[in-house]
Amino acid sequence: MKKLMSILAVVALMATMVTGCGTKDEAPTSNPTEKVSGTVATDGSTSMEKVIGYLSEAYMEENSDVKITYNPTGSGSGIQAVQEGRCDIGLSSRNLKDEEAKELKGTVVAIDGIAIIVNPQNPIADLTIEQISSLYKGEITNWKEIGGYDAPVVLIGREAASGTRDGFESITDTEDACKYSQELTSTGDVVQTVASNPNAIGYASLASVKDTVKAIDVEGVTPTTETIQNGTYKVQRNFVFVTKKNKELTGAAKSFFDFATSAAADELVTEAGAVPVAR
Amino acid sequence: MKKTANYIEKSMNVIFTICGFLAVGFVILITGFLLVSGTPAIGKIGITDFLFGTEWASTAQPPSYGILPFILTSVYGTFGAIIIGVPLGLMCAIFVAKMANDKVSRVVRTSVDLLSGIPSVVYGLVGMIIIVPLVREVFNLPDGANLFSAIIVLTIMILPSVISVSETAIKTVPKEYEEASLALGATKTETVFKVIVPAAKSGIITSIVLGIGRSIGEAMAVMMVAGNVANMPGLFKSVRFLTTAVASEMSYSSGLQRQALFSIALVLFVFILIINLVLNLIVKRERQ
Repeated sequence: MKKLMSILAVVALMATMVTGCGTKDEAPTSNPTEKVSGTVATDGSTSMEKVIGYLSEAYMEENSDVKITYNPTGSGSGIQAVQEGRCDIGLSSRNLKDEEAKELKGTVVAIDGIAIIVNPQNPIADLTIEQISSLYKGEITNWKEIGGYDAPVVLIGREAASGTRDGFESITDTEDACKYSQELTSTGDVVQTVASNPNAIGYASLASVKDTVKAIDVEGVTPTTETIQNGTYKVQRNFVFVTKKNKELTGAAKSFFDFATSAAADELVTEAGAVPVAR
Repeated sequence: MKKTANYIEKSMNVIFTICGFLAVGFVILITGFLLVSGTPAIGKIGITDFLFGTEWASTAQPPSYGILPFILTSVYGTFGAIIIGVPLGLMCAIFVAKMANDKVSRVVRTSVDLLSGIPSVVYGLVGMIIIVPLVREVFNLPDGANLFSAIIVLTIMILPSVISVSETAIKTVPKEYEEASLALGATKTETVFKVIVPAAKSGIITSIVLGIGRSIGEAMAVMMVAGNVANMPGLFKSVRFLTTAVASEMSYSSGLQRQALFSIALVLFVFILIINLVLNLIVKRERQ
């Protein structure tokens, strides 16, 4: 009899576990004086990981009852997740397409400078957008044509539809025309590959550029916070918070959104290696 | 008390049955899912354009979805890994089973087990940092990320399964065969290649099929060393495998592009299915 009882107990326990998973966090009220609590789900761009990490960490320190989750799936997935209501805030490292903008609203939270990187051994220090464009289109195949060593150009890029690739190709006007010799799936891989191949050129977020590679000037402008903010450095893109147009954010999500778009977030964005929006 | 025992017996029976059918359920679920999500794109693109199209440009305007480069790359890559890996693995297995003394074979066997336990991302990382630059230097290429580097990484990855399965097969060859051969005046090498290997043939073929399965399904490691450009395959060209085609674009894809990725997964699934069928046939024949 004892055994039967214990089995019953286990079954009962399992049942409570199953139902426990099903309960959802209560939607907090949007009263501003009240302390906010709940979960804010963010989903999207892998390039925004650092920015969202700094922002959410600082926010959660102030509001200990709020938990902000981040699901690094990529801009497209993030936008889709908002559309399907699977997350509160979608993260996109490109501006919304027209068809997406019908239902969704994008708010720029930070700017990302895309650095053009070469191996430190490469003497090239300055390129124009046009030169970068002809390099990537395969019109210039040897570094000596633009004043470098006599060596073949190795083009490193990102996978199709990566936010960084989309940003880079639209800025340099090389959409679908790039003759890549490698398409890598992360910024870190690009930096690593350029660092290990003296003939390589690649592109990566300024925040992820390390000493192992050299970020070159574009049109005579060095990529820095100032030149990105004032727009003189041309290869840059926006980091966007995506929300539903017909559904206002409430509670914790709204509170976090307001925090991230306020001037208070500027310092955090800088710490995360991106560039705050000029106010 | 007896009644209680009966209850337990019956309920446990139900639980075992459920667990037993769980695996079947997952297979049915995955097959169903792949068929449902993979066929629409093939219908829209057209099966010949999809399977035999030589250009993949999923984000271009207008997009083209030909996966022949991926299919050929996967086939060539797997074939290359088998050509290099099977002789290496077989000889290692012979060494462990017949040539080495107990101590040495234990060391080798432990290393092989360890090799099989290394996550594929680690293989990829090592390949990316050591093999890719090495291939570039040795063959004097502009870039080392190509089919050749991928074949090397895949070769290392299939070694453990080739070695352990062939070793087991070689060990099950009756000792009398070997003794008879040696007694007739054959050398040890002759005995190994003319008596033991033919006698262990079906086990060795099983190991080859397992190796094919492992290398055709590998994604992470080859993604890091193959360059991932959708070229028609060439030994020193940057290439993209069936697996990496799905993995590298899935996270950002939408619309027909996403459906086409599911279709690639379906093609890959069919490949694996065929490999498993072949494996089952071999095992069956061996039993007979």
